[in-house]
Amino acid sequence: MRYSLFALARQALRGNRDWRPVWRDAEPRSSYDIVIVGGGGHGLATAYYLAKQHGVRNVAVIEKGWIGSGNAGRNTTIIRSNYLLPGNEPFYEWSMKLWEGLEQDLNYNAMVSQRGVLNVYHSDAQRDAFGRRGNAMRLAGADAEMLDADAVRRMLPFLDFDNARFPIKGGLLQRRGGTARHDAVVWGYARGASDRGVDIIQNCEVTGFLRDGDRVIGVNTTRGTIRCGKVGLAVAGSSSRVAGLLGLRLPIESHLLQAFVSEAIKPLIPCVVTFGAGHFYVSQSDKGGLVFGGDIDGYNSYAQRGNLPVVEDVCEGGMALMPAIGRLRLLRSWAGLVDMSMDGSPIIDRTPIDGLYLNAGWCYGGFKATPASGWCFAHLLARDQHDPVADAYRLDRFETGYLIDEKGQGAQPNLH
Amino acid sequence: MRIPCPYCGERDLSEFVYYGDPVPRPDPTAADAPRRFYEAMYLRDNPAGPHEELWYHANGCRGWLRVSRDTRTHDVLGASFAGK
Repeated sequence: MRYSLFALARQALRGNRDWRPVWRDAEPRSSYDIVIVGGGGHGLATAYYLAKQHGVRNVAVIEKGWIGSGNAGRNTTIIRSNYLLPGNEPFYEWSMKLWEGLEQDLNYNAMVSQRGVLNVYHSDAQRDAFGRRGNAMRLAGADAEMLDADAVRRMLPFLDFDNARFPIKGGLLQRRGGTARHDAVVWGYARGASDRGVDIIQNCEVTGFLRDGDRVIGVNTTRGTIRCGKVGLAVAGSSSRVAGLLGLRLPIESHLLQAFVSEAIKPLIPCVVTFGAGHFYVSQSDKGGLVFGGDIDGYNSYAQRGNLPVVEDVCEGGMALMPAIGRLRLLRSWAGLVDMSMDGSPIIDRTPIDGLYLNAGWCYGGFKATPASGWCFAHLLARDQHDPVADAYRLDRFETGYLIDEKGQGAQPNLH
Repeated sequence: MRIPCPYCGERDLSEFVYYGDPVPRPDPTAADAPRRFYEAMYLRDNPAGPHEELWYHANGCRGWLRVSRDTRTHDVLGASFAGK
């Protein structure tokens, strides 16, 4: 069914009796051309672009739980392309462009809201660093504006501008950045893929791989054996576990990223704001809750729940940026299982094992990358070539030395 | 999460800094030293379950600890001084 104003009116007149599930919950078949492991945003976007851009429709997406039940349902829904390095910025800007056309492309309301992303700065040195990043963004075709303190004050009068330790001197604004509805992104891609013949198979966990010599020729799952020509892994925090079934060690540690939402209030924050003197970012959901987060917990974990020191740290960041937040009650907090790569940048590449392809290392920035990640992974799976915007995301860069260390922190995931 | 420091006793997580897997420095004179350094620097087992790791008791005795911890539950299974 195609969504339109006409379809909406017709359903309303018929008492909304004819709405159908938006995608098929498929049974596994015995073989496919390509099996994608992981039914999150990235896996489903990959399947969608495989079918739409490359005509590869004999594809299955297998998911151990229900689609969108991992990090796709645990992120803070921010979309932006405000990176510095040439290996990153063209990729994220392509993702931003795909976000801008996503709803028309999918015929699905993903609630993409380009409300702007503002990084505030607190010192002359930080202004210079942000100016450099803004210039790098503009060179890659993205938008970036430097605001002075008065311009920030007009947007966000409630920030703590005259803080004695970290006065706000201005900000770097990307107006095209913003937020999107995370679940709708998953469902929209699932619908687009399913309509083009992709099988979406839930409650289907990979337990092992079928091999023919050095080549992977299928997967063993909790719902039987599925043979295939190629396997694409898009399992985020579980990347090391799944690759470990083949004896493959990855440059990845799984960490926790906590996120928080407050009680709902009237519209207050018109954009996404980040604090420049600590790690804190906040936006306001359409339901009115403030959605915010900060640093990762900083130790290996698969627990999907964090600890109190980071809760305290995030709340201190919030108080330093906008003291009014102290009047709000915290409604919920949770944690996602993030695949921290050793240089803080992702991997979209072949692996040393024939037939096995890897999409991983998204750290805490996977959501905004969803469209371009799927686009580039589909390109790699279909054509065995890297898409030009993801050309730097090689698995062997850690050995060859072509790292993409956006923050210059070195090989320590808890500092990225 | 609390970590039982052998010197200070059981202390809160906020006193510690995480340093990751206790990977020994490879032999720089080995014929395949570049490969060994790459593996030591970048590749990780990243297990879901018991994990050996280094923690620095920065806001305590400033000792380096080798901690065994279950990454699925955050249960600390044991801690000892790393140098021993």
